[in-house]
Amino acid sequence: MKGSFWIERFTKFFLGFWAVFAGLIFPLVIFLILLYESRLAIQHFGVIKFLTSSAWDPVKQNFGALPMIAGTLISTFIAMLIAAPISIGIAIFITELAPSWMKGVIVSAVELLAAIPSIIYGMWGFLILAQDMRFKVEPLLQKIFAPIPIIGKLFSGTPTGVDVLTTSLVLSIMIIPFMASVVKDAFNLVPSVMKESAYGLGATKWEVIKDVVIPYTSSGIAGGLILSTGRALGETMAVTFLAGNVTHVPTSLFQPFTTITVALANQFTEADTPLYLSSLFYLSLILFVISFALLILAKLMVLRLEKRWKT
Amino acid sequence: MLFVSFLGAVYGLFWLFWILGTLFINGFKYINLQLFLQDSGPPGLNIGGLRQAFVGHFIITVLATLIGVPIGLFAGIYFAEYGRNSRFFQVLRNTTDIMVSTPSIIMGAVMYAILVVPLRHFNALAGSMALAMLMIPVISVTTYEMLKLVPFTLREAAYALGAYKWQIIKDIVLRAAKVGILTGIILGVARISGETAPLLFTSFNNQYLSFDILKPMSSLTVTIFDYAMSPYKYWHNQAWAASFCLTFFILICSLIAKALLHQKSLKLFKKKR
Repeated sequence: MKGSFWIERFTKFFLGFWAVFAGLIFPLVIFLILLYESRLAIQHFGVIKFLTSSAWDPVKQNFGALPMIAGTLISTFIAMLIAAPISIGIAIFITELAPSWMKGVIVSAVELLAAIPSIIYGMWGFLILAQDMRFKVEPLLQKIFAPIPIIGKLFSGTPTGVDVLTTSLVLSIMIIPFMASVVKDAFNLVPSVMKESAYGLGATKWEVIKDVVIPYTSSGIAGGLILSTGRALGETMAVTFLAGNVTHVPTSLFQPFTTITVALANQFTEADTPLYLSSLFYLSLILFVISFALLILAKLMVLRLEKRWKT
Repeated sequence: MLFVSFLGAVYGLFWLFWILGTLFINGFKYINLQLFLQDSGPPGLNIGGLRQAFVGHFIITVLATLIGVPIGLFAGIYFAEYGRNSRFFQVLRNTTDIMVSTPSIIMGAVMYAILVVPLRHFNALAGSMALAMLMIPVISVTTYEMLKLVPFTLREAAYALGAYKWQIIKDIVLRAAKVGILTGIILGVARISGETAPLLFTSFNNQYLSFDILKPMSSLTVTIFDYAMSPYKYWHNQAWAASFCLTFFILICSLIAKALLHQKSLKLFKKKR
């Protein structure tokens, strides 16, 4: 039937166009538009100077990205430090320890944490957690850690509740569900045969987890960690509420700071000169490149795990 | 050592209960009829509701869904049906997967450059497009995964009966994966309705009820942001109530999606008997 031949051709072309759009044109257009809008700032500041300058002066029109980049990386790193062991612990609990009735409950609870919109994390964090951190937790931490010579520096400064510590804490809560589910899926990929043979040799439950499950899934776990880091990098609303928005590189956990996303959220509508706006686009470009690179790395690691072990 | 991982689960549950508990208590306290029937009042005076925010958010989300879902579906169908053997399209599919986790504020920035600057003012269309940009990768990845689950035997049987590929896609594969794809769409809608950052400088905000998509439009999430950051207690209360409604909506969506999937697996199980 001639008609069906053309429908066939058209379907393939039409669907294929949207596939190429979603996978290639879309990210490329985003990158090119960000690049195009930042051209003024790139011409003005260059690459090295923008990445290493701490100035952010809308009056003198001097912009530098170091505080934002440092803030993004520091808060994400600390968040991951807190979330990684907890997520792995939760995944171990779900896959190995929990009785079957509890499994569903915990999995649902973790998914519930993931479904809460980020702005609610921000609002709750700002109106409730930050107050508790400011009046109860942070003074306590300061009392404990400040006397210790080197680490004490990290706990100096007047606790205000909106600072690196609170932000990283809330960020870690936000990425726990995602990380836990990736690690749980990786753990479920382990064939029962391997675990059972370890048990047969007399291993304890913890030894099986430590020596069989975790090495088997190490690529997947690492990939999952990097994936969650990529997510945390782009987190805007929770960080905007809790970061404190001071443009400097923080030297203590109790200092307010800023990240790329905070700068964008707060200052985009206040950028009154083309150079200001272009610098903000330059920041978005940097964020896009960092998160894209991290996510590609994570994807490669997870694919390596699947390729190695899937028969 | 194993007890430590139990503690990890307890830690997660602790935060969940604290956040949801506060949200429900505070939100429920301040929900009243005027929240849904009146537009925003001036700051300081304890009057006004959030009607324009609910309506605006609904309009923006529906528009974003109408744009994002078809494109995501088309892309996902191609990846699953035509692109499985092509190295090029596998790379594209992985790129789409990466776009799922891209920071959402970047979509807002891009849409600002594309739609806000040429039109010379904030508009709801830019906000919807930014949300659609977020939705396309999510929908196409879930569609791809759901279509991948359809067994090849179904397709081969149809081919043996003389069907064309487009007929197979239209009548067999999509029907078989219908529930999964619908679940993906519901979860995608739930996700974008919680997004704030892309709307911050595209659809901006609006104090008045507006149906004009070429003008700024209020949305629930941006309003929560503004109100929570404000110094007024009345606005804080309204922000809690609005957050409660938003979270409630998202939770309902997730429950519906789960129920759909559960029902589908139940049906399969019943048939096997």
